[in-house]
Amino acid sequence: MSAPGEPSSSDHEPEQREHAAVSAGKAVVLGVRDAFAPAFKVIELVGDHVILFARAMSWLPRRPYRAGNYLEACEYIGFGSLAIVLLVGAFTGMVMSLQSVYAFRQFQLESFAGGTTGKALALELAPVLTALMMAGRAGAGIATELGTMRISEQIDALESMAVNPVQFLVLPRLVAGMLMAPILTLLFFVIGMTGAYFVAVVGENVDHGQFVLHTRDILLPLDIVQGLIKSVVFGLLVILIGCYQGYNAHGGGRGVGLGTTRAVVYGSVIVLMSDYFLSQILLQIIPPEAG
Amino acid sequence: MKLDHDGSPLEQPHPRWHVRVRGLDKSFGTNHVLDHIDLDIERGKVNVIIGASGAGKSVLIKHFMCLLRPDSGSVWVDGTDVFALATKPLAEFRRKFGLVFQFSALFDSLTVEENCAFPLKEHTGKNKAEIKEIVRDRLSALGLDGTQRKYPGELSGGMRKRVGLARALVLEPEILMFDEPTTGLDPLATRNVDEMILAACARYKVTSVVISHDMASVFRIADRIAMIHEHKILAAGTVAEIQASREPYLYEFIRTSGVAAASGARVVPEAGAP
Repeated sequence: MSAPGEPSSSDHEPEQREHAAVSAGKAVVLGVRDAFAPAFKVIELVGDHVILFARAMSWLPRRPYRAGNYLEACEYIGFGSLAIVLLVGAFTGMVMSLQSVYAFRQFQLESFAGGTTGKALALELAPVLTALMMAGRAGAGIATELGTMRISEQIDALESMAVNPVQFLVLPRLVAGMLMAPILTLLFFVIGMTGAYFVAVVGENVDHGQFVLHTRDILLPLDIVQGLIKSVVFGLLVILIGCYQGYNAHGGGRGVGLGTTRAVVYGSVIVLMSDYFLSQILLQIIPPEAG
Repeated sequence: MKLDHDGSPLEQPHPRWHVRVRGLDKSFGTNHVLDHIDLDIERGKVNVIIGASGAGKSVLIKHFMCLLRPDSGSVWVDGTDVFALATKPLAEFRRKFGLVFQFSALFDSLTVEENCAFPLKEHTGKNKAEIKEIVRDRLSALGLDGTQRKYPGELSGGMRKRVGLARALVLEPEILMFDEPTTGLDPLATRNVDEMILAACARYKVTSVVISHDMASVFRIADRIAMIHEHKILAAGTVAEIQASREPYLYEFIRTSGVAAASGARVVPEAGAP
C-alpha cells in the first residue's frame, strides 16, 4: 500500500512502459550491432586503409621530396624480391609448360603449350604470384619495420622532429610498390616463358617453329598489358596493407608479430579476391579479341 | 582577446610562463586520462611533472607540441594556441621543442652521427661539413666522442639517453622535454643523466620539462614540481612549496620513494655507503 501523498503504482505505469520500450529499443540496436560487428569491422578496416592511402598521396606533390627514400624503398621492394620472383617464375613457367605439353599431347597439339602457358602467365600467374611473393617478403618486412618503429616510439620521434611520418615512411613505400610490382611481374613472365620454352622445346621435343608460332597466335600483347595493370593494383594493395599493419602496431613484440602475420594473410587474400573483380573489369575494357 | 586567470592576454608571451595549459581534457575511448588540467611551465627553469605510472604525464607533455589533440582545453606556448595551428605552421612550431624519449627512440638503422644529423638535414640548408661540426660539438659536450659510427644497438642505456639528448639539442630548441629520463638506469647512470640535464639547461638556456617518478632525481634537478594524481594536478609549485605540502598522497608518494619530504635528502643510504 502506498503512503499518503505518494503517487500510486498506476501513476508509474505509463513511465514504466516507456522505459520498457526504450530498453527494448536499445536491446534491438545492441543486438543488431553485435550481429553485424564483423561486417562493421571490415568496413572500418577498409576505410582506414583508404584514409592512409589518401593521406600518403596528399603528400606526394609537397616538399621535401626525399628522392633517397623512394630509391631505398624501390631497392628493398624491387631488388630485394628479385631472386625469389625469378626462381618462382622459372619453375612456374616450367611446370605449366610440362603439364600443358602432356595434356595437349593427347590430341597431338603439344605445340600449343607455349601459347597457353604464355596466356596463363601473362594474365594471371605472373601478376598474382609476384604479388604473393611481395606480400610474403616486402609486405611482411615493411609491417615488421614500421611496427618496431611504432612500438619503440621512433615514429613519434619523427613527428616530434616536425617530420610527417606518413610522408617519410608510407608514401615512398607505396610508390615503390606500384612501380616495382609491374617490373617484377614482367621479369616473372619473361623468365617463366624462357623456362616454358626450354621444357617444351628442349625437354619434350616440341618443334621450335610451331611453339613460337602458336605462342604468337594465342598470346596477345594486350594480355601482358592487362597483367601489368593488375600488378600495379596488387603492388599497391600488398604494400598498403603492410604499411597499415606496421604503422598501427601496438602491444609490444606480440603486436608487431601479429601485424606481420596479418600483413601476409590479408595481403594474400586481398590479392586473390581482387584478382577476380579486376579480371571482370579488365575483360570488359580489353576484350580478348581486341589484340 | 582571451585573458588568463591573472588577466594577462593568452595570445601574448608571458614574461614568466613559457607554456600555459588551460582546462585540458583527454580521453582514450572510455579511459579518461586528463581531467581539466591547468598548468604553467616556467621559462628557463627545470619543471618536473611527477605522478604514478599511467597517471597521464606523457600524454600531457605530448599535447604541448600537438603530438596529441585534446578533447577540450588549450595549450599556449609563447602566445601561440598550439591546437589552432595548421599543418605547415605546426611543423615549424614543433622545432621549438626537443623531446627526449623514455627509451631514446633512436633510429636503429642509422648511426649515432646520422641520428643526430637527421633533424639538421631535414630542417636546415646546412652543408655536410657544417652538420658534421654541429653534431661533433653536441656529442662532445655530452661525453660521446668516438661513438659517431656506432649504431644505437651497440650503446648502453645511459649512452642512448645522451645520444637522444644530443639529437634533441641540434636544432637549438627553446623547450626541452624529457620523458622519464632515468627510468631503468643504475644510480650512477641516473646521477650522470641528472647532471647532463642540468648542464644542458644551463649551457643552452632552455626551458625544461621533465617527467619522472624518481624523487631523488627530481629533488636534484627541479626548480618547480607539479604532481598529477587521478587525472588532475594535485599540487604544483616550487620545490620548497612541494616539500612543505601536507597533501596526504603527495607526502606518501615522496616518503615511500625513500626521500625525506622536508629536506629532499635521501633517508636510505646511497649505494655503496657503509
